[in-house]
Amino acid sequence: MPGGGKGWRRWRLPLRAVMLGAVLSLMLAMSGPARAGSDPFSDMASTNFDMVARGVSALAVSGSPRAAPVIDALRDSRLFAWRWPRPDSPLYIRTAKGFVDARTGAPVAAPPPVNVRLVIVNDSVRSAIAAAEGALDLTSPKKKVRLDAAEELYQSAEAGALPLIEQALARERDPAVAGMLREAHAAALLKSSSGSVSARLAAVHQVAARADLSTRSLLESLQGQPPPVAAAIQEAIREIDRRLQLWGVLENVYYGISLGAVLLLAAAGLAITFGVMGVINMAHGEMVMIGAYTTFVVQQLIAASAPALTDLGLLFAVPAAFLVAGMLGVVIERTLIRFLYGRPLETLLATWGLSLILQQAVRSIFGPTNQDVSSPPWMSGAVSLGGLTLTVNRLWIIVFAALVLGALMGVLRWGGLGRSIRAVMQNRRMAAVMGIRTPLIDALTFGLGSGIAGIAGVALSQIDNVSPNLGQNYIIDSFMVVVLGGVGNLWGTVFGAMSLGVVDKLVEPFAGAVLGKILVLVLLILFIQRRPRGLFPLKGRVVEA
Amino acid sequence: MIYPDRATTVTLGCVLGGAAILAVLNQLTPAASAVHVPGFAVSLVGKYLCYAILALAIDLVWGYAGILTLGHAAFFALGGYAMGMYLMREIGARGVYGNPTLPDFMVFLGWKHLPWYWHGFSHFGFALTMVVLVPGVLAAVFGWFAFRSRVSGVYLSIITQALTYALMLAFFRNEMGFGGNNGMTDFKDILGVPLGRDSASVGLMLVTAVVLSAAFLLARAITGSRFGKVLVAVRDAEARTRFLGYRPESYKLTVWVISAMLAGLGGALYVPQVGIINPSEFAPANSIEAVIWVAVGGRGTLAGAILGAVLVNLGKTWLTSALPEIWLFAMGGLFILVTVFLPRGILGLFAARRSSTAPERESAAAESAAAETVVREVTG
Repeated sequence: MPGGGKGWRRWRLPLRAVMLGAVLSLMLAMSGPARAGSDPFSDMASTNFDMVARGVSALAVSGSPRAAPVIDALRDSRLFAWRWPRPDSPLYIRTAKGFVDARTGAPVAAPPPVNVRLVIVNDSVRSAIAAAEGALDLTSPKKKVRLDAAEELYQSAEAGALPLIEQALARERDPAVAGMLREAHAAALLKSSSGSVSARLAAVHQVAARADLSTRSLLESLQGQPPPVAAAIQEAIREIDRRLQLWGVLENVYYGISLGAVLLLAAAGLAITFGVMGVINMAHGEMVMIGAYTTFVVQQLIAASAPALTDLGLLFAVPAAFLVAGMLGVVIERTLIRFLYGRPLETLLATWGLSLILQQAVRSIFGPTNQDVSSPPWMSGAVSLGGLTLTVNRLWIIVFAALVLGALMGVLRWGGLGRSIRAVMQNRRMAAVMGIRTPLIDALTFGLGSGIAGIAGVALSQIDNVSPNLGQNYIIDSFMVVVLGGVGNLWGTVFGAMSLGVVDKLVEPFAGAVLGKILVLVLLILFIQRRPRGLFPLKGRVVEA
Repeated sequence: MIYPDRATTVTLGCVLGGAAILAVLNQLTPAASAVHVPGFAVSLVGKYLCYAILALAIDLVWGYAGILTLGHAAFFALGGYAMGMYLMREIGARGVYGNPTLPDFMVFLGWKHLPWYWHGFSHFGFALTMVVLVPGVLAAVFGWFAFRSRVSGVYLSIITQALTYALMLAFFRNEMGFGGNNGMTDFKDILGVPLGRDSASVGLMLVTAVVLSAAFLLARAITGSRFGKVLVAVRDAEARTRFLGYRPESYKLTVWVISAMLAGLGGALYVPQVGIINPSEFAPANSIEAVIWVAVGGRGTLAGAILGAVLVNLGKTWLTSALPEIWLFAMGGLFILVTVFLPRGILGLFAARRSSTAPERESAAAESAAAETVVREVTG
């Protein structure tokens, strides 16, 4: 494709829609005084560019099975015509195996080169070809192609397209494509000057059911309608506005949930170290940051050693980040945290110092600038769901957060390590008496929490800048989540993360991002007054430990 | 009530004597002399002394009431903003846009009128009142909510951090009318004395030293009094103190508000000396850094807070210019070393033999054990 790239592709659809409409109006105009005996093939054999363009347009809607190969040949400079006027205007297509007759597709003997000429194209022919391809798509055997073509027709809403749409409707068997075509028909009908009032009213109802922005602008553009139709249009626009508003709220909820998933990932590890162990780890954000850098390193390694696996780099990064951050966590617990048990405020300060050191270490190794972590193709793009546009990477993060949470809960509930962790948390001395090596469990618990933070880093590397300050942006929010949800309760963490995320995004539209954030913080400070131990406080003897 | 013990004498002597010597060396020696102290160094010392006031305020709540605040820089910055507003009004028509009432940034934003909360700041006395009143009121409201519902320990630390974070975000907004991102700067003079000259720097530094000394004496008076003894009791065994019939929340709230006012005063002296105030002063990292000054000097010693603030900031000034890469390593290492190996700070090393009021690991452990027992009995 000339020009290539995403930019072109984005414009391709509307461009084609416009051109299609233009060509169809042209066809409508010329259908009256069409010269007798002129078939599209003869027109294309002409040396007049306008005639060629007309031939292309006529061929496209003729329904002829030869339309596609002939137009393709014209586009690819493989269509040949007789050099001198002849009544039968022969046309040939050059293929790899020789020449075929354009009208029948039957192979023919190669014409003498001096007698044929290439059918050349100019801009008007080129746009006719582009539009013709759109119309041809309606007859394509592929459902997706037909659906896109019908959608293009709807968007362009040209009165001139009515006969084409009716033709396509007559032969269309697929209900989805037919439905889309009916909508396109309704739109074209509203634009045309024909059609009774009742037909127009039906058409308004038909398009209003779509309830999207393009329909709204289509309805708004309609002028000079009979009064009952105009009233129906106003009502439909109001209805669409109501629906769009609802979708807007739903979209904000989705953003909130995806923000909540991010917070959940960042806070899940904290729920272990702070919630279960009572260790307040200010370097938790740096564990997330190290997870993100691990993703970067893994991607670099894979790109250098096995480029074929590039798209799956993230799958390798998850265990790698867990191991790197987890082992670092074990080391930190053994060398620093264990000297500070029972002194939460000192732990806070020491781990803050640790976070400064880790930040500077990463800055010294990788430099202060953002690292470029690429997203695999299966994580980019967006899907539409009703009136919602959901970005795929956010969707993956929600799924990923759920998976991580599920795995963590599974480990805590059924795993051998999880059983020991819960035993030590509930009654350290009794656990020790039962033969559990509590120092080892402490180290592993801290490692588990840090490892989860590392995994969170893999996810965050996809939506945030990978820089030494990455962790700083999440540490306060993560603590808020744990405090809101209550200590030592993973469900509380889920609830805390989701409510913080959703409230944040719902407040944002009418208060602005910064004010929304402040409001949430103030609400949280007020909330802590009512429930100083969070929404789901632990009961019993661990409370003051 | 104030016992003129050795620590007090030495501290006051160092602060006031040091400030006086610096002033003399700057003003009375020729610029070419080897012992001449340049003006920027005087301002630097003045800045350290402001930090020392902040550290003193933190020591009062952390060292004596056990409230680890991670948001005291908020009170410091609020005091600074109040002073900054006065200094902005002092500029008058000398700004870039020459508007006699509106500060430059408001003209730039297209504002027509001075917001109501800017009125009065052209009077120094009013500004000075606000310097202590605004942090004091905020601390009173915040503390009343927090202490009444018995938010304590790490939870309190986190919400103080959230408080300063929220304020930072708020002050970054242009709509707040405090200069947004850029804050306030380009000050011209204070009380008619042009800023930026050596004489102004020396004067401000001397005033700061005097305020610091007064704050130190006030803090000693508080901690040496009956009130201070109850505070220490609250710090070491809050539940036990409550059961003895005291109301820990009132004690905590009182010292919390006083501390916030002190911090505001420090911020107000800070702004004319550094010549700028912007929302980054609210950054949570600043508050935590201030806590480590206290930890380095010695928590619960007051003199240690001053010592720590000056020493750490001297080190910071030197390291960030000589070896900027190393600074965060050094800072981080300091946090870890002090908490693990030097829980009582530098002064703790000297005063190890003296049984002081500094908190001890054993007493903290005993407190939590006692609290646990109590809660167990209460909650059954």
